[in-house]
Amino acid sequence: MRAVDGISFDVDRGEIVGVVGESGSGKTMTALSLLRLVPEPGKITGRILYGENDVLEMTDDEIREFRGNEVAMIFQDPMTSMNPVLRVGFQIEEAMAAHRRFTGQQARDRVVPMLQRVRIPAAKERIKDFPHQFSGGMRQRAMIAMGVSNEPSLLIADEPTTALDVTVQASIIELLRDISRELRAAVILITHNMALVASLCNRVIVMYAGRIVEQGPTRAIFKNPQHPYTWSLLRSMPRMDEVGKERLVSIRGVPPDLGKLPTGCKFHPRCRFKVDRCLTEEPPLAEVDPEQLARCWVLMKNVPNPEMQS
Amino acid sequence: MQQSAVTPATDPTIKSPLLRVENVVKHFPTGGAFGRAVVHAVDDVSLAIQQGETLGLVGESGCGKSTLGRVIVQLQPATSGHIYFKDTDLTKLRGEKLRRMRQQVQMIFQDPYASLNPRMTVGDIVSEPLRNFRVARGRKAEQKVQEVMRVVGLNPGFVNRYPHEFSGGQRQRIGIARALVLNPTFMVADEPVSALDVSIQAQIVNLMEDLQTQFNLTYLFIAHELAVVRHISDRIAVMYLGKIVEIGPSDAIRDRPLHPYTKVLESSVPVPDPDLEAARKPILLKGEIPSPVNPPPACRFHTRCPIAQKICSEVEPPLEMKESGRFAACHFAGQL
Repeated sequence: MRAVDGISFDVDRGEIVGVVGESGSGKTMTALSLLRLVPEPGKITGRILYGENDVLEMTDDEIREFRGNEVAMIFQDPMTSMNPVLRVGFQIEEAMAAHRRFTGQQARDRVVPMLQRVRIPAAKERIKDFPHQFSGGMRQRAMIAMGVSNEPSLLIADEPTTALDVTVQASIIELLRDISRELRAAVILITHNMALVASLCNRVIVMYAGRIVEQGPTRAIFKNPQHPYTWSLLRSMPRMDEVGKERLVSIRGVPPDLGKLPTGCKFHPRCRFKVDRCLTEEPPLAEVDPEQLARCWVLMKNVPNPEMQS
Repeated sequence: MQQSAVTPATDPTIKSPLLRVENVVKHFPTGGAFGRAVVHAVDDVSLAIQQGETLGLVGESGCGKSTLGRVIVQLQPATSGHIYFKDTDLTKLRGEKLRRMRQQVQMIFQDPYASLNPRMTVGDIVSEPLRNFRVARGRKAEQKVQEVMRVVGLNPGFVNRYPHEFSGGQRQRIGIARALVLNPTFMVADEPVSALDVSIQAQIVNLMEDLQTQFNLTYLFIAHELAVVRHISDRIAVMYLGKIVEIGPSDAIRDRPLHPYTKVLESSVPVPDPDLEAARKPILLKGEIPSPVNPPPACRFHTRCPIAQKICSEVEPPLEMKESGRFAACHFAGQL
């Protein structure tokens, strides 16, 4: 079974790239692959270049070094990624010291400034707290502090705001925006939330059934989506700026089982705009505009009045 | 007529209320060191729901919205207050009378995984209310089950399958079929789409809208996602720390929220449009949400409110009618 199939993309320093998709689209597996953290018996083939170095060719020492010093990963649920019996401050210190970028004393001295940097009030007192004494938003801040404490150049955030309340989400979004600017890191944001992508990302990758179905600059993808999946997804979610009661565009059926993928285009059983060719031949990810790629034989620009057909 | 006597439960713009909630309180004892600590989950809530409308109930985790929903359908008893369904006080009903009323009041839950018994077939799950309420048995029950399955978009041929054989969206359809089988007039939906993928959410929202038209249903739609709530609701009630802080028509609230907390919520939600996002300035709240065990005095939002004044920590603002059909509990309504 191929959870992720034939993905190619790049991320630059200072850039935030959004990887969007629903459950089972392969977005999280893509992120884990970048760190060679794919669970057994998973195998990765291809090339993952970090600068000049291929992550897949690194020795165990090199990969540990890479994961610890170059990359930070922020997960959806900070409660499960922190040790419940260790004080928050100690965990951040340990994360820094473990990768030997800082000495023990340096690491200790950096804990409070790190927590202040992610705007945890009364950081000096809070370092003595245990994770359960932090609220969800504070835990996520602490996770971000832990992640960025080694000044990584690649930050991978997997649904970093999904488990949080909206007002807390808003402040974490602002924090991520600021932190990515300060670090000048490359950021990969994995999410199901298109609005979050519109808010944070320079470029977007839309995944479906383990494939990239569309990618391009954020503005192009939102204003002029060419793949029917992207187009429908954008119209299936209620919007805060919606006026009147328009019916949502629903995508019929469910995402395919990766073990039993359909022939041809993997989206065709759910697509309202398919033609005969889609049933038998899988379209390539092809350029539809400079910088914008879509994997579709039809393309939305060739569909007259798509709203009428949905 | 005294202006000050009008509450959301006696809102004159609600011409034919199906449900009226008056001064409902729900406290939970938490044990505490001396067994005296009390969670003020729902504190003095009043509202009315118009026949055939959808009232959306929004708020962040711990604000009491789910508890209020459960108290309304009598899954949990209210600590005090009254819940009038078609002029009958549900809190006063016991035994057979309560059972009969309850047929008309059903609930849809967030997690279709946890709320369906994995050992029962879909047919048994959907027909269980018919047996419990002794409405139909045997052939008649079977027919009814097949009918509601068709109505919610499930293949009636799947009656003998088990919940795990279905996707999340289909399981939510099973939950809706179970709620619908007794021909209720009122449904409380507690985060019915929150656990579902985006493309599936739209299917369920559309289905709920269709069912409302087809069966003249009245909904209380509880969710934390403001965009979803606004889409489906005619009116919206906003809760903060056990209290309703604002209630009014969805459109009016979108155009001009009256309570500062509503305004903060509105500003916090991103929009799927990069141009609008570049311009949006979220109002960030200071501090953390206080504990419902020990809520702040007077206005509960005053500790975090961007426009709070001295009076806000001294005098609790009543939830009063500010404009026709619009209520807000704020000394400085509309000023943020």
